[in-house]
Order: sequence, then structure tokens, then C-alpha cells
Amino acid sequence: MTTFWTIWISIITLGSIAGSYMLLRWCLSNKTGVKEGESMGHEFDGIVELNNQLPRWWTILFYITIVWALVYLALYPGLGAYKGLLGWQSSNQTILSLEESEQALQASTESGALVQYDRELKFASEKYDPIFAEYAKVDIETLATNDEHVDVLKVGQRLFLQNCAQCHGSDARGQNGGFPNLTDDDWLYGGSANKIVETLQRGRNAMMPAWLDAFGEEGIKEVVEYTLSLSGRQVNQSLAEKGKSRFMACAACHGMDGKGNQMLGAPNLTDNIWLYGGSKRAVTETLTYGRNGVMPAFNKTLGDDKIHVVSAYIYSLSNK
Amino acid sequence: MSETTQVQPNYNYKVVRQFTVMTVVWGIIGMSIGLLLAIQLFAPALNFDIPWLTYSRLRPLHTNAVIFAFGGCALFATSFYVVQRTSQVRLFSDKLAAFTFWGWQAVIVSAVITLPLGMTSSKEYAELEWPIDILITIVWLAYIINFFGTLIIRKTSHIYVANWFFGAFMLTVAVLHIGNSMAIPVSFGKSYSIYAGAVDAMMQWWYGHNAVGFFLTAGFLGMMYYFVPKQAGRPVYSYRLSIVHFWALISLYIWAGPHHLHYTALPDWTQSLGMAMSIILFVPSWGGMINGIMTLSGAWHKLRTDPVLRFLIVSLSFYGMSTFEGPMMAIKTVNALSHYTDWTIGHVHSGALGWVAMVSIGSVYHLVPILFGQPKMYSTSLVNVHFWFATIGVVLYIVAMWMSGVLQGLMWRAVNADGTLTYSFVESLEASKPFYILRAIGGMFVVAGMLIMAYNCYKTIRAPKAESINDASVAVA
Repeated sequence: MTTFWTIWISIITLGSIAGSYMLLRWCLSNKTGVKEGESMGHEFDGIVELNNQLPRWWTILFYITIVWALVYLALYPGLGAYKGLLGWQSSNQTILSLEESEQALQASTESGALVQYDRELKFASEKYDPIFAEYAKVDIETLATNDEHVDVLKVGQRLFLQNCAQCHGSDARGQNGGFPNLTDDDWLYGGSANKIVETLQRGRNAMMPAWLDAFGEEGIKEVVEYTLSLSGRQVNQSLAEKGKSRFMACAACHGMDGKGNQMLGAPNLTDNIWLYGGSKRAVTETLTYGRNGVMPAFNKTLGDDKIHVVSAYIYSLSNK
Repeated sequence: MSETTQVQPNYNYKVVRQFTVMTVVWGIIGMSIGLLLAIQLFAPALNFDIPWLTYSRLRPLHTNAVIFAFGGCALFATSFYVVQRTSQVRLFSDKLAAFTFWGWQAVIVSAVITLPLGMTSSKEYAELEWPIDILITIVWLAYIINFFGTLIIRKTSHIYVANWFFGAFMLTVAVLHIGNSMAIPVSFGKSYSIYAGAVDAMMQWWYGHNAVGFFLTAGFLGMMYYFVPKQAGRPVYSYRLSIVHFWALISLYIWAGPHHLHYTALPDWTQSLGMAMSIILFVPSWGGMINGIMTLSGAWHKLRTDPVLRFLIVSLSFYGMSTFEGPMMAIKTVNALSHYTDWTIGHVHSGALGWVAMVSIGSVYHLVPILFGQPKMYSTSLVNVHFWFATIGVVLYIVAMWMSGVLQGLMWRAVNADGTLTYSFVESLEASKPFYILRAIGGMFVVAGMLIMAYNCYKTIRAPKAESINDASVAVA
């Protein structure tokens, strides 16, 4: 902020406060020319105004708030670029990236600067990190299946409810629209402990291309019939036959047998579990327009040890 | 003619009558939509899977309807009435007054159509799209010209204090509306704000908080300064208190917006400044309450028999309560608990239902018999019933929201020994459900009270004329 704006802000702020104070002083002394408690001598539609003194307790309250505001503005940032006597900041306000944030956190930790966000992070990491480091010493399979670690799973569940439930639901059963059910042992990218950790750490980007241009509307209808037949659904056989030859293009990802490919995150089409809905209409839409699925990466937000605990909870859902 | 004008000038009551009747009509509509929304929060199926009836689209319609339709009509009615009576002169222009009435109704009807259709600028309390914004500006200018024009041709020596507040309200609202609504249209129904990011947020709350400060406070203080002394038949307590609290109020309110954006991307200095000024604002706010309530000194016994006066005085108590609560919630430490919870909703409604609605209702009950040539309301006991319905409704509403809000704030910040949050969001929502039901019951009392009022007003207006009134113009109602 330039000096001009600091001066501008300070003048109008302090000016307003000083103005309020002077107004109060001016009205406390009776300059109306009318005796205290008597009528001002105006009359409006029968309404008369008295010239009473301002209530004393109210006047004192006014003084207190003015003094309080001035003290506060002296201690904390408020008057433009002035930083305040305490040097307090809520956060490192010029930060533009996570890297800069981490550097600034380290710098303010070393210098002992009063940045509230950094202080709270430091406090939390000193207090809580050792607890999670302890949890992370036990491997995920043991945490998930051994009864003595049931409390750790509860911690994992809470982390899940705070970070994952928004998409996957409070009961982890997912929801239509691309949010997989995590309790059914049907995995897009693999359900081993390592694969779950990998998904959480790095996130996933899934892309189903749009096939309208390649297949045309008729072609889409045929492929839909064939796709639905893979999970044993009643379909129009002649259309499905035609669709089968077109399915070659789909097989590149979903496999010739349609059982999918966990290397690519291509779903199994034979198990009647549908990420975006299994109705004819929904499958037609998927084929026509394609789909984009995003699982965000959590390595920066949760860190290794917490991901370990959440993974154990997720693993436990389908491995009782 | 000349003799009667000296006693009672030929006032333009037509526009006052029109706005007064519409105050009741829009009040019922706006509050009923609010009631539906309150019920949807615990019974979401009541949106019937119809997009127009979803919470997201009806909520802005509710806020616009109660603030600008109900509150707005009440302000137009009372300011046009008060400025004539206290200036002892007919309105500057009857044509501008008629334009203001029909223009404002057009704005409201446009809101009723466009908001459920999902057309929105997405700015809170300023959701209406740019063509309607332009209409608002034109109507508002007509209003300002008419009001100040009347003040200029007044026949009294001074400008009465109620008119200071009305004047400040309409000038500042013009500045706020134009400043906040600046946008680049991309089509007839869509525009984008010229502000971005934290600046947009700051503009939004500079507008938003001063909509509260000038539309819902200064304007209604103007109403209070006429109808309280008039209904009580007592002189205004202190002229000097009026001066201090008027100037301090209007110069401090304009700073308070940033307290809506504590702990956000807004720079630290803006947040501190908004908080410091909000604290000082507490005192001039109470100045208005004191001046109103002390006006009653020597006439307290009238509260026993006059339910209209009771509406006015209880509204001032709610005003005092919410103007204490507001600065307290502006303190960052308190805000850390209260922000984003139902406490805020409770605070708003203690101001909106307790202060704004009650002072308006009291004023309407004062106005209707005078405007329609009756000695008094059709039924004073129905006014009394309405008073108790309104009071019980507001108290149920705000107590439910206080409890729900504090509960939410405490649940959201509860932390386990390992640093994980104790409750998920859904758990706090479940905990709030009983309070949502209680709030809706409060809302039912409020709406029922408004229906009683409509009946009472209808019977008063339709009653055989007791005496002929000076104004020959015909009521629209």
C-alpha cells in the first residue's frame, strides 16, 4: 500500500472518531439558547422537542468505546500500512502459492513473528503430529483388521468425515455422478492398502472420451445395448450385435471382455456397478458426451501419517 | 380553501394509502415465503422437486420481498406522510409520487418473476439483474427529488428530525445501490460485477451492511421519530441527543461492512478497522433507542391500553437488543464462534422482525384509520392479539436461532485429543433440527399475526366513513 493511501485511511478514520468526540462535547454543553429540560420551541404536526441533557451513563459509554477503538487501532493493523504495536498478523497475506506459504511458515517460526495462522499450525503440529506418527508405525492391514486398533479407525473415520464425506458420503457409499462407493470391494484403481494410499496421496484423473463424433447417434445406441448386455441385462440383440464390433474402440481401456483396467482406472462394465448411473439414458449420456472424474490429491493437506490412518479406515470398510 | 389549508393543508394521501396497503400485502407474501423456507430446512421435500421452489431461489425472493417490498413500502408510505405533515405542505409532485409507487411495484413484481427463474447477479440483497437495477435507480431518484423538493417548499422553520433520517436513508441507499450494482451486461438477463475477488466481497458488504444501516435502520428511525411521540402524545426526549446520535450514526455505519468478512481473504487492516468502528457504532445506535423510549416518560400508563404504542416501544427494545448484539458479534473473537452459524440468522431477525417489522406495523396501525377517514382501527383487541402473536413469534424465532447458532459454533470448533474435529457437519445439522422446527413455529405466529392485521385493516378500510376527509383523491385499495 502506498503512503498516500495510508495517510488517506488514517485521516478519514481518525477524523471520523475525532468528529464523533467533538460532536459529543458540543452537544454536552447547552448551546441551544434554551434552558435544559424545556421545549426547543419548534413544533411539527403537534410534536414538540425537549432540550434534555444527554444521559450520563450513555456519554461515558461513548467515551469508553472511543478510547477502546483508539487503543485497538494502536495495537493492531488498521490504519493503512501501519502494522500495529503488537506486530500481529492473521496470515502471510502476500502468499500466492503453497511453496511460498511453507517458506513463510518456516521464516516466521524462526524469527518468532506473530503470524496467527503460522503459530496455530506450529502448535497443532507439535501437539498432534507425534500421535499420528505413532499410528503410522502400524501397517494398514493390521490397523484395519485388528480389534486393538479400533480407536485409530475411529480417528480415521473422523478424518474421512471431515475431508472425504463431501463427495463419498458420510457412510462412504458414494453417490451418483462419479463418486465411487468405497465399501463394495469394487475398485477403479485397486483396493490394496498401497493403491488406496497412492490414490489419496496423488489424486486421480479419469477421462472417458466423448464418442458422438466417432460413432454417431445410431452407433451410440448400438454400443449402449452391447455395454448393457455385458452385465447380463435384457437388451435388443440385433443392436447389441452391431455394437459389439464398435466395442473394439472401447476395449482399448475397458478390455475385450469389458472387465476394465485398474492401471487406467477404467471401470469394470460387467458387474452392474455404475459410477454415473446404469440406466440406458445415463449410459447413453456417458458415451455421447464422455465423463471427467477427479479425485484430489491429499498429500499436501493431510500429510503422510494422516493419509495412512484414513487409508486404514477406507481399507477396513471392505476388509472386515 | 385558504382557511382549511392553514389548519390542514391538502396533503397527498393517495400515495400514502397505496404504499400502506401494499406494506401489508407484501409483508404477508414475503413472510410466508420465509415460513416456507424455514419449513424446507427440516422438510426439504417441500420444494416439490420444482426448481422455482427450491431454497436457493426462494431465499433471495424472501429477503428482497421483506426488505424492499414490505420494508420499502412502509418507508415510502411513512416518509411521504411524515414529510408532508411535519413540513405543513403537500408533496412537491403528485406525478413523481405516482411514478414512485407504480415504479416500485414494477421492481417488486420483476423480482417475483426473475428470482424464482434463477436470474440473479448473485450479490446478496442485490440479486436483481441490471435492467431492474436501472429501474430501481430511476424510481429512487424520483423519490429523492420529491422528498427533498417537499422539504424545500416546507412551511415550517426547521426540518424535523424524522426527515433527517429519511433524507440520510434515501441519499445513502442511492450511493450504495449504484456503487454495488456496477456491472457489465452480457445479455438482457445476465451481467457480471465490475469488481473481483476480495474487492467484490468488500463492495458487497459495504453495500450489505449499509442496507441494514441506512435502509433498515436510518429509515425506520425516521419512522420512529414521528410515530412514537405522535402515538404517545409526548414531546421528543432530547433534541441534542437527536443531533449527536444522528450524525454519529450516519458517519460510523458506513465503516462497519468489513465485520461481515472476518477471517477471510480481506486484508487484516480492513478487518480491524471495521471492527473498531462497529464498536463505537454501538453507542449512537442506543442514542436512538433512548430518545424513543424516554419520549414515553410520563406516559408509561398508555402502554397498558394502547397496543399500537406497545408495538412501537417493543420494537425499540428489539432495536436496542440487536444493536448491542451486532457490535458484540463484530468483535473478531466472538465472530470466530458466531460466523456462519444460525446465530447470525437470529441476530438479523431480531432486527428485522423485532425492530423493522414491529415499528412498521405500529406505524401502519396508526396510519390506516387516519388515511381512510376512521376514528380508530376496526378492532383494537385484534391489534392486541397481533401484538402478542408478533412478540411470541419473534421471541421463539430468535431464541431458537441463538441456541442453534451457539450449538453449531461449539460443535464446529470441538476438537479431540488427537486434533481431529469431534463432529462432522452433518452431526451439527442433526443437532439443529429441533431448533429449525421451533423457528418455523415462531414464523407461523408472525405470519398469522400479519393475516389478522390484513383482516383488521380490510374491515377498517371498508367500514362506512365516519367523517369526510379533506383529500378527494380515491384510494386504490
